[in-house]
Amino acid sequence: MPKITYIEHTGKSHTIDISKGLSVMEGAIQNNIPGIDADCGGSMACATCHVYVKEEWFDKLPKKEDGEEDMIDMAYEPNKFSRLSCQLIVSDELEGLVVNLPEKQA
Amino acid sequence: MINTDVLIIGAGPTGLFCVHQLGIIGLKCEVVDNLDKIGGQCIELYPDKPIYDIPAIPVCTGEELTNNLIEQIKPFKTNFHLSDRVEEIKKDKNSWFIKTSKGKEFKAPNIIIAGGVGSFEPRKFSVKECEKFEGKEILYSIKDKTIFKDKTVTIFGGGDSALDWAIELSNSSNIKLVHRRNEFRGAESSVNKVKELEKQGKIEILTQYQLSSVEGTSKINSLEIKHENGSIKKIETDYILGFFGLIMQLGPIINWRLNLDKKHIPVNTENFETNQKGIFAIGDICTYSGKLKLILSGFHEGALAARGCFKYARPDENLRFEFSTTSKSVHERLGVKK
Repeated sequence: MPKITYIEHTGKSHTIDISKGLSVMEGAIQNNIPGIDADCGGSMACATCHVYVKEEWFDKLPKKEDGEEDMIDMAYEPNKFSRLSCQLIVSDELEGLVVNLPEKQA
Repeated sequence: MINTDVLIIGAGPTGLFCVHQLGIIGLKCEVVDNLDKIGGQCIELYPDKPIYDIPAIPVCTGEELTNNLIEQIKPFKTNFHLSDRVEEIKKDKNSWFIKTSKGKEFKAPNIIIAGGVGSFEPRKFSVKECEKFEGKEILYSIKDKTIFKDKTVTIFGGGDSALDWAIELSNSSNIKLVHRRNEFRGAESSVNKVKELEKQGKIEILTQYQLSSVEGTSKINSLEIKHENGSIKKIETDYILGFFGLIMQLGPIINWRLNLDKKHIPVNTENFETNQKGIFAIGDICTYSGKLKLILSGFHEGALAARGCFKYARPDENLRFEFSTTSKSVHERLGVKK
């Protein structure tokens, strides 16, 4: 299983094996990582699973689909490395992915 | 004081179908929702988005689903209390006494919480100093636009609300429109209009900027915005408007002594009752082993919760299971003509 690292706003880091096919959001929820709310359950309708992808990873990820950037407009303190973790699907290519979590989601 | 069998909190699809299920077993209900319209997330978040997993409806939009549900519950003539929110609940003997933010009072043996993930509230600026100006010079919705006349108004956001207000207020105010990226997600015609107004010097557009600080003692004097490249720009302004859409907040529900699992309410799967007798939770807000956040799951949960309410609303009666195809009493409640 690919390892995904979630770094909380406080700096606390969690590296977790996430089953392939799950989203990075689901991986966080199932493992009780604080800092990801995912209010809408993954329908790209709420921007509360917002993460900052580590710079070196950002270009390696599949591009944002229509609507994701629009939702990121509403996220808490977005920047150019912002993604919605419900749209990042765990695969072998994501082995070692590191995401930083915002201070809060709303 | 309004007496009823069940108070439903939330007018989304789950709450609406629950009205139906209560109606056909002969129970009365009232519905309270924080939004100004019926439909919940379906109307607020995705009115135009197609939904493909409603049983027997190959595809429909959030708005169509809502309209069909409203049509389906018409026979029950249910009262909806919109733009209102349940603030307080208190139990006395076998009844819940319920108070809303507008001061309405209800008495009911049952409460069904079908509140999605809480009530919708505007997303706010993340800058901490904003708090003390919120509701005065920092606004997230507009009630009286005359206050902006001849003032400098800095509008943040890239969607239709931000664009529409920028256009509307540009007639009589000095407008600055700030957005975090170059693309606006609002309607193309509005984007074009805003750009045209920029050329005429009526709107100043500042993109790739976000709010970084506000200044002022009793009133706002100015704000600073930070560009993606790190540079800071200072703007003198009278008002700041933020349009970042809505966020769901659990709100007063956390004070009702319900067990909570993060933002969700654990329920049993027999009748979706919570740890409090006479309070049920259905739809996205409830949680149990295997919970799916699907509309169809909300329908199922509502059907069982409605039956769960019956024993408290009619303690001396037994509920007989009936099919809508054949039951005379169901037909009467639906007003079916022979």
